[in-house]
Amino acid sequence: MKQFLAFVTKEFYHVLRDQRTLLILFGMPVAQILIFGFALTNEVKDSEILVVDYAKDNASQELLTKIGSSRYFKIRQAALNHKEILSTFRQGKIKAVVVFPVNFNEDLLHHNKAQIQVIADATDVNTANMITNYLSSIIMDYQNQVNKTLKMPYRITPEVRMLYNPQLKGAHGFVPGVMALVLMLVSVMMTAISIVREKETGTMEILLVSPFKPVLVIFAKAFPYLALSLVNVVAILLLSVFVLDLPVKGSVPLLFAESTLFIITCLALGIFISIKTETQQIAMLISLMGMLLPTMMFSGFLFPIENMPVPLQIISNIVPSKWFYIIVKSIMIKGLGISMLWKETLILLGMTVFLLMVSLKSFKIRLQ
Amino acid sequence: MMMQDDKVIVCEKLTKRFGDFIATNEISFEVHKGEIFGFLGANGAGKTTAMRMLCGLSSPSSGKATIAGYDVYTQTEQIKKNIGYMSQKFSLYENLTVRENIEFFGGIYGLSDQKIKSKTEELLQVLGLKSEANKLVASLPLGWKQKLSFSVAVLHEPKIVFLDEPTGGVDPVTRRQFWDLIYEASDRGITVFVTTHYMDEAEYCNRISIMVDGKMEVLDTPANLKNRFHVRSMDEVFYQLARGAKRGD
Repeated sequence: MKQFLAFVTKEFYHVLRDQRTLLILFGMPVAQILIFGFALTNEVKDSEILVVDYAKDNASQELLTKIGSSRYFKIRQAALNHKEILSTFRQGKIKAVVVFPVNFNEDLLHHNKAQIQVIADATDVNTANMITNYLSSIIMDYQNQVNKTLKMPYRITPEVRMLYNPQLKGAHGFVPGVMALVLMLVSVMMTAISIVREKETGTMEILLVSPFKPVLVIFAKAFPYLALSLVNVVAILLLSVFVLDLPVKGSVPLLFAESTLFIITCLALGIFISIKTETQQIAMLISLMGMLLPTMMFSGFLFPIENMPVPLQIISNIVPSKWFYIIVKSIMIKGLGISMLWKETLILLGMTVFLLMVSLKSFKIRLQ
Repeated sequence: MMMQDDKVIVCEKLTKRFGDFIATNEISFEVHKGEIFGFLGANGAGKTTAMRMLCGLSSPSSGKATIAGYDVYTQTEQIKKNIGYMSQKFSLYENLTVRENIEFFGGIYGLSDQKIKSKTEELLQVLGLKSEANKLVASLPLGWKQKLSFSVAVLHEPKIVFLDEPTGGVDPVTRRQFWDLIYEASDRGITVFVTTHYMDEAEYCNRISIMVDGKMEVLDTPANLKNRFHVRSMDEVFYQLARGAKRGD
C-alpha cells in the first residue's frame, strides 16, 4: 500500500508539472462547455427579421406586436419594394422578411382569409426552417385568438408540449455529450500516453525489475486519471448548473457512480492501447481516431442514431460512449433512476469487465 | 565450501528461443559476491536477452539459473527484491526533482520513511548534489544523471546490480568517476553485472565474458584474455572474437 502511494504521488507530480497536460485536463472541459453553450448553439435567438407592412391596420399591428414580443425575433420595419427586399437579403443582415399586403384586415374580415408572405434566407437550411416554423406558429396562434369570436364547427389544434426541455434549450443535449467526450479524452488518451511514455523513456523496465507488481504498475498509473476525471465531472456539472442553468434532475450520487463506471471503461481502453503501442504519437493517434471520432459520431450527441442506416446503428452499439450518453441524459434531464437504467448500466459494466480482462491478459503476454 | 556460499549468480545451459531463433544458447557461468563481472558482446549477440532472464523479466526456454540463491523460473518475486537495475536508456524521471526520484524509488522498493530520509541525505552528500536536491533531474548534466541513476539502483542495498550499458554517451573522465561508484559498491559486497561497448571499461572488470551469436565464447580476467590471444588490449580481443559473428544489427 505504501508502495502504491509512492507511485501515485509520483504520477501526480508528472501531471501537475506538465502544463500541456494540465491545459487539456482542465482547459478543455471549460472551453467545450462554453463553446457548445454559447457559440455553437442551434437555437434561433434574436434573429433579425424585416417587416414590410403595407396594410398598417389593426390586424397587422396586433400580429406584429405578437411576433416582436417573442424572444426569437428582433424586428426592423421598412417599406420596401420587392427588389429592395432582395438586396437586403444579399447584405446578409436579416434572416427573414414578413410582408403584410394592403387590406390585410379587410381581407380577413370579408373574405375570411388573408395572406402573409414569409421569405426566409435558406442558405442555412436549418435556421430557415426553424424561423419559418416559429413564425407560422405565432401566426397560427394569432389566428386562433381571432377565431374564438367566430363560429367554426370543427377545429383540431394540436397542443404541443416539449417534454423535459420545454424551452428547447440546446444545452440539454450537449452537456452529457461533452461529458462523454471529455472523459473519453482524459481517461483514454492521457492514460495511454502516460504508460507509453514510460516505455519510451525506458523507465518501464526499471519498474518491471522492481518488486512492485506489474499489474499494480498499470493500476497505479491509471488511478490518478480516475481522480482527475472525477474532478472533471464535477467541473462540468458545476458549469452546467451555474453557467448554463441546466440543473441535474436525477440523483447526483447515481450520476457519479455511472460516471465512475464509464471512466473505468475508458481507463481499460487506454491501458489496452498503451500495451499495443510503442510510441506516444501512435498512442495519441489511435486514441483520437479510434475513440474520440466514434464518440462524436455514434454517441447520438451530434447526429441522431435513429436516422442512421441500420449497419451504422448496429455499430453504434459497441461504442461505450453511446450508452454513457443515454445514461447521463436520462439522469440529468429526465431524472430517471437506476430502475430505468439498469440495462444500459449492465451493458457498460460488461464492456468494462471485458476490456479490463483483455488488457490484463495482453499485458501478461507481453511480459514473457 | 566457502566458494560454494559465495556464488550469487549461477547459470547452467541457460537458453532462450524465440521460435527458430536462439537468442541465448546454453550459457553457463558463475559470478561471485562482490565481483565486477563484465558481460560483453556485439549488438545482437544475446546480451540483453540473457540479462532479462537473469532479472526475472523473461523466463528461460531451458537450462537452470539461480540469482542470489533464488530460481529464475519460480522465485522471480524474491529475485526482484534482491537486485538493482540500471538500463542503457537513462532510468530516472526527468520531470521529478533529484529528491523526488530518490524518494520514489525508495518507496517502490518498500523502504521505510526513516530509511528513505537517511538514505536521501547520505546520497546527496556523497554525490555532492545537496544544492541540486530540489532541481528537476532534466536540468542535470548527463554524467551526474548517470551517477544518480546508479546510486538509486543500489539504494535498497541489493545483492546484485545489473548495469546495461550504463555509461553511454559520456566522456572518459566522467566514466572513470562513474566507475569509482561501482568500485565502492563492490567493496560493500554488492555484485556488479555490467554490459558495455567501451573496452576501457572492460579493463576495469574483475572478469569478463564475451558473447558471440548467442554463445559465451570466453570467460576470464582481462589480463588472461589478452595473454591468450597474444594481444595488448581488450579492443583486439573483442575484435578477434566478434569478427566471426554471423548475427549483427
